[in-house]
Amino acid sequence: MAGEATKALSNDVLWGGGRSPFSISYGKMMMWFFLVSDALTFSGLLVSYGFARHSTTEAWPIGEEVFRALPFLHGSYPLVYVALMTAILIFSSVTMVLSVEAGHRMDKKGVIKWLFLTVIGGAFFVGSQAWEWSHFIHGGGGYITTPDGGKYWVHNDTHDTHDPANAPGFHLVKARPGHYLLPAEGEHAHVEGAQAKALWASRVAYIDGANMTRNEYGPPQYANFFFFITGFHGFHVFSGVVINLIVLLMVIRGVFHRRGHYEMVEKAGLYWHFVDLVWVFVFTFFYLL
Amino acid sequence: MGSVATAPHAHAGHAQHHHEESFVSKYIFSQDHKMISKQFLITAIIMAVIGFMMSLLFRLQLAWPGESFALSEFLLGSKWAPKGVLDPNMYMGLVTIHGTIMVFFVLTAGLSGTFSNLLIPLQVGARDMASGFLNMLSYWLFFLSSVLMLASLFVEGGPASSGWTVYPPLSALPQAMPGSGAGMTIWLVSMAIFIASSLLGSLNYVVTVLNLRTKGMKMTRMPLTVWAFFATAVVGLLSFPVLLSAALLLLMDRSLGTSFYLSDIHVAGEALDHVGGSPLLFQHLFWFLGHPEVYIVLLPALGITSEVIATNARKPIFGYRAMIGSILTIGFLSFLVWAHHMFISGMNPFLGSVFVFTTLLIAIPSAVKVFNYLTTLWRGNLVMTPAMLFSIGLVASFIAGGLTGIILADSALDIQVHDTYFVVAHFHVVMGVSAIFGMFAGVYHWFPKMYGRMMNTKLGYVHFWLTFVAAFGVFLPMHFVGLAGAPRRYYSYSEFPMFEGVMDLNVLITLFAILGGLAQLLFLYNFFYSVFRGPKAVQNPWRSNTLEWTTPVEHIHGNWPGAIPTVHRWPYDYSKPGKAEDFVPQTVPLEHGEAEEHG
Repeated sequence: MAGEATKALSNDVLWGGGRSPFSISYGKMMMWFFLVSDALTFSGLLVSYGFARHSTTEAWPIGEEVFRALPFLHGSYPLVYVALMTAILIFSSVTMVLSVEAGHRMDKKGVIKWLFLTVIGGAFFVGSQAWEWSHFIHGGGGYITTPDGGKYWVHNDTHDTHDPANAPGFHLVKARPGHYLLPAEGEHAHVEGAQAKALWASRVAYIDGANMTRNEYGPPQYANFFFFITGFHGFHVFSGVVINLIVLLMVIRGVFHRRGHYEMVEKAGLYWHFVDLVWVFVFTFFYLL
Repeated sequence: MGSVATAPHAHAGHAQHHHEESFVSKYIFSQDHKMISKQFLITAIIMAVIGFMMSLLFRLQLAWPGESFALSEFLLGSKWAPKGVLDPNMYMGLVTIHGTIMVFFVLTAGLSGTFSNLLIPLQVGARDMASGFLNMLSYWLFFLSSVLMLASLFVEGGPASSGWTVYPPLSALPQAMPGSGAGMTIWLVSMAIFIASSLLGSLNYVVTVLNLRTKGMKMTRMPLTVWAFFATAVVGLLSFPVLLSAALLLLMDRSLGTSFYLSDIHVAGEALDHVGGSPLLFQHLFWFLGHPEVYIVLLPALGITSEVIATNARKPIFGYRAMIGSILTIGFLSFLVWAHHMFISGMNPFLGSVFVFTTLLIAIPSAVKVFNYLTTLWRGNLVMTPAMLFSIGLVASFIAGGLTGIILADSALDIQVHDTYFVVAHFHVVMGVSAIFGMFAGVYHWFPKMYGRMMNTKLGYVHFWLTFVAAFGVFLPMHFVGLAGAPRRYYSYSEFPMFEGVMDLNVLITLFAILGGLAQLLFLYNFFYSVFRGPKAVQNPWRSNTLEWTTPVEHIHGNWPGAIPTVHRWPYDYSKPGKAEDFVPQTVPLEHGEAEEHG
């Protein structure tokens, strides 16, 4: 079929135009150019995030205040879980490198082992992102605004957000401007009992968790971009896991061994490293800055 | 590694056993770049006819507002043209879809898709594109997006109506106007698919140029067409993804209630639940694609012109390396000028002046190209084929449109004429007319290569002169309509007494537009008649140097029956002193002591 004649890989016949500019096959070069293009999509999104953040008049949420939960544990662990996710994703890049390296040695078992670990790492990351999203959507109890412009965090012992005022341990905490879940400084911020119930009854709005129109963390654009950019990245990771899985099955069936080279693993690897690299930027923008 | 890219030569014999292909794999899901290029061309011609018809319909309204035309009712139905009078909403829809179709479907996919596909493998000496499969996918995604775009004309509220730039909030709020509903959603989906198609195409073009050149085909021996297609593909790879981000965010605003581009909007007195977004963000993202898009449209046309002018002037192209340099400089600068589309959007005037500067810089490489065309033509033995006429026509419109470009680049002047017909006239001349002239030049010049037959030259002359006169007849007066202050995208000017004086010009413009439309019928007849009945083409009808004329007239899979020819010289050895013929193909080895010329 078309292109077949040009697809053959061989060591002894050099590329006709002299030295091939990059000494790589067309497929790998295509992957590189695709990644450049995809990088521009992410750049567009991240620059938009910066644009929104710098044009807002409200305080922008701070990463280590928003993301400080761990699954199954209570208490405050700022950025611990996302650090774990990031470490595992970067570690999956390492296993990908080892898989590619095993491919160069035509070591089928090695390729399978390391590629399998890469798939596991990627799957863990996608799962973690799902958890991170659900936590983000659920939020930390929300806040109410009062007619005089006050803002109070809503707390209760059971994390009830449907009817928080009647849940045990209900109390309000006056919010520190520009911060998430922190009490106001320099005064008695805790409001309990009947006073809290009265404030609750006089509320103008109760904002809890995050959705597309509003969220308890900050301006709507914060959650909008968080969902869209981490979602778009998560979609990339997910498709990367699927690609790696397909390649893994092909490796197990010996397709590349018969072909005489494991370049397909290398191409999947390029994509995987790119997805990891993008995460470093997404992570920096949403969690660190 | 074991993966050095290799030689097409290794399989020189491959093409000889030309196995029978089924109808489906040969004509429909073909992976052969020559067939795919024809598919792109035919689809683009169909889209161009539709796009042109739309412009005629709204030109009728502009010339004779409120008049009844049976044609409008016949084409649009009684819903959108009740009693033959064009509906205002449909007017906006036609303007929008005319722009979208012409910019993306005709001049982007039609031009690059046709000629990059046809010429890159043939001119660099490759058996096919790097990936025939992705190439096929690229066409069918384009086809799908074309069908979707046309389908959006038939939804209840009509097609997208917020202009081809689809600025929010009009495009972001489904309730903003009838066309902002389903029509707009389909527009966005269609464009997302279009971007995927363009991505796959560009990947193939770039990689084929870099990796699959034949022996001796150094980058500095490539025809300027290939250089232009290459730069176009790179610019496309870098700019379209940003449009994708913009379109995806817009889709979220429309469908999922986010507020990326929306803030403090009241519809029918009621405040919407959108705060904090910025419509300016969309404009930045859009024009980051939108401006490079101008050069995605223009560069292939300029590349085609370089080749056609050198061949038909029987002279080496003047300043070959300067041409390459200006192509690359234009490609680079096109990313630094986008905000000149936004001078009245409330930008910091200092930032505006920075964009004035970068925009004016583009005039330098553009002028280099124009001077090189003129000096190539200077004292040449001009062969006035229709392709040559269209190429010279391109140079004319490129100058005419470029001069108004300098006016618009200057923010102090631009603010006066922003959003008037002056802008419409400018970009139609410099990008529309120039690019379509380049496309006509390409079709006339490479028709023998595509279909193995010749087009009728006399009809070609008539087609050129009618088109040329009509194009300037339409757009020259339009500048004055704009200078008089008439804003674009108005359904009717009859309510504004201050425009009465210039509105007679609108009648003139529409008459020329109709003339231009009729002239295209000649082209369509000539094209389709010649596909089937034209006289058989000879091997090298234009006595050209480039590699594509060494392939057999009848298309074969793999392009060359034997080994791929080796290249020994640059492609512009026309009228070289001391040679018997006035052209020396690239495959002819340099004689002993003969220097390779480089302009």
